[in-house]
Amino acid sequence: MAPPKRLVRDYGKTWTIGPILIWMTALFLLPLILIFGVSFFTRSSFGGIEAPLTLENYVRFFDPLYLKILWVSCVLAFFTTAICLVLGYPFAYIIARSPASWRNILMLLIIVPFWTNSLIRTYAWIVLLRTEGVINTFLLQLGIISQPLPLLYNETAVLIGLVYTMLPFMVLPLYASIEKLDRSLLEASADLGARPLQTFWKVTLPLTAPGIMAGSLLVFIPSLGLFFIPDLMGGSKTVLIGNLIKNQFLTARDWPFGSASSIILMALTLLFITAYILISKDKEGKELI
Amino acid sequence: MRSSLGQKLSVLYASLVYLFLYMPIAILILYSFNQSKLNAVWTGFTFDWYVKLMQNSDVLDAMKTSLIVALISTIAATMIGTLAAVGMYRYHFRGKTALDAMLYLPIVIPEIVMGISMLALFAQLQVPLGYLTLIAAHITFSVPFVVVVVRARLAGFDKSIEEAAMDLGATPWQTFVKVTMPVIAPGILASALLAFTLSIDDVIISFFVAGPASATLPLKIFSMVKFGVTPEINALSTLMLAVTLVIVIFAERLRMRKQ
Repeated sequence: MAPPKRLVRDYGKTWTIGPILIWMTALFLLPLILIFGVSFFTRSSFGGIEAPLTLENYVRFFDPLYLKILWVSCVLAFFTTAICLVLGYPFAYIIARSPASWRNILMLLIIVPFWTNSLIRTYAWIVLLRTEGVINTFLLQLGIISQPLPLLYNETAVLIGLVYTMLPFMVLPLYASIEKLDRSLLEASADLGARPLQTFWKVTLPLTAPGIMAGSLLVFIPSLGLFFIPDLMGGSKTVLIGNLIKNQFLTARDWPFGSASSIILMALTLLFITAYILISKDKEGKELI
Repeated sequence: MRSSLGQKLSVLYASLVYLFLYMPIAILILYSFNQSKLNAVWTGFTFDWYVKLMQNSDVLDAMKTSLIVALISTIAATMIGTLAAVGMYRYHFRGKTALDAMLYLPIVIPEIVMGISMLALFAQLQVPLGYLTLIAAHITFSVPFVVVVVRARLAGFDKSIEEAAMDLGATPWQTFVKVTMPVIAPGILASALLAFTLSIDDVIISFFVAGPASATLPLKIFSMVKFGVTPEINALSTLMLAVTLVIVIFAERLRMRKQ
């Protein structure tokens, strides 16, 4: 009885797994392999690619100019992550500990900005921060300032834009891990004489570490590659790795160097993810002991 | 947290964060009804910017592009993703871990890498950028999310029910339509809504694979913002916000009914 059934099941396998296998191979894997290949070519005078094969594009990335762009991107992404964490942790904690009847509506209020187009949210900040913007107009009318403040087109503006866009990505995983936290453990810690701050450092923080790490990863990685926030809020002053890649492809038409930069960005990302997986596995192991 | 002072501080803190999240959006909506074109001073209530928006053929074209791309890519991504989720739940096969990795990778790598790599592919194959490339790209970034959502729904589903159906003589297709489908239908719908919102909102990947004649709404907003701030963008943003809000509330109701 078993053999015919297995035949029928194999047929099902082809039709369920087949489409996604073909689709993702052709439109995700193949393109990645393609830019990996392109990154070893030389830029032709017409903006195309030509032989000889070279490592020059990777070597070029180690020029101080490009290393600085990578460094600034990482620093900005790091600050974005840190601010989101400091801002988001107490917030997620308060929501997770609010009455159950409130929790759904409070979470919905986080999800709405999360689903709102990030470009629109960036634009909203431009309306607030520009020279003739809402904040400057308001302060001028109150007589607090006599000259409009230069609020837009600097790194602080980019940071505000990034934090604003990424905050929900931090709050959602934090909320999930804090909500799972068993309250009786906190009570036990207090009963054993720990002060609230001690309980927080020794019990709450370690137990919500998976949420902290997931949130940090979800904020850090996209912050590295977002090019439109620096484009729109940083003026020409702030060039991040995302802007560099975009410009190599669309303005400079240097596809090999743009590809090499993308591969470096992706390698960096995968490095962070691997570290995350290793650390969280380590954690699980410790928890078992 | 036990003291009432602590509680008051908590409420204050949460309110401030909500204020941070909503103030820019609220101001955007408010100023879409402001008569003044140039400055941020309130000069009176008007619907003019909405009227102007509805007469702006570029914006209407972009709206049409966004809707067509979102509809087609949602349907295709939901179909491909649901089949894959069912297949991965039902069968064990060689390379399953590799397929898993290929589905998680697009979710975690920076969008810009996906965008430029697809641009490189289309350029090498000499496929002209337009509806076709946009739809193909949107299907590609939505499919992994569909698989994740539908698989989550399938996780609580008892495999023996499917086996019972097949033992009673149902073909795999009959089993899928009459037994599996009804159970995972809310998951499929939720994943379709997710795919639709992802498609409507995407900026980065579309930026690279859209042709000159196929700008989506976010791309249109991008170029409008680059040329300067006008209340028309406020109006357009307000409309998009309203649409997002409706979809989120609908999806949330779906999620709560499931629980």
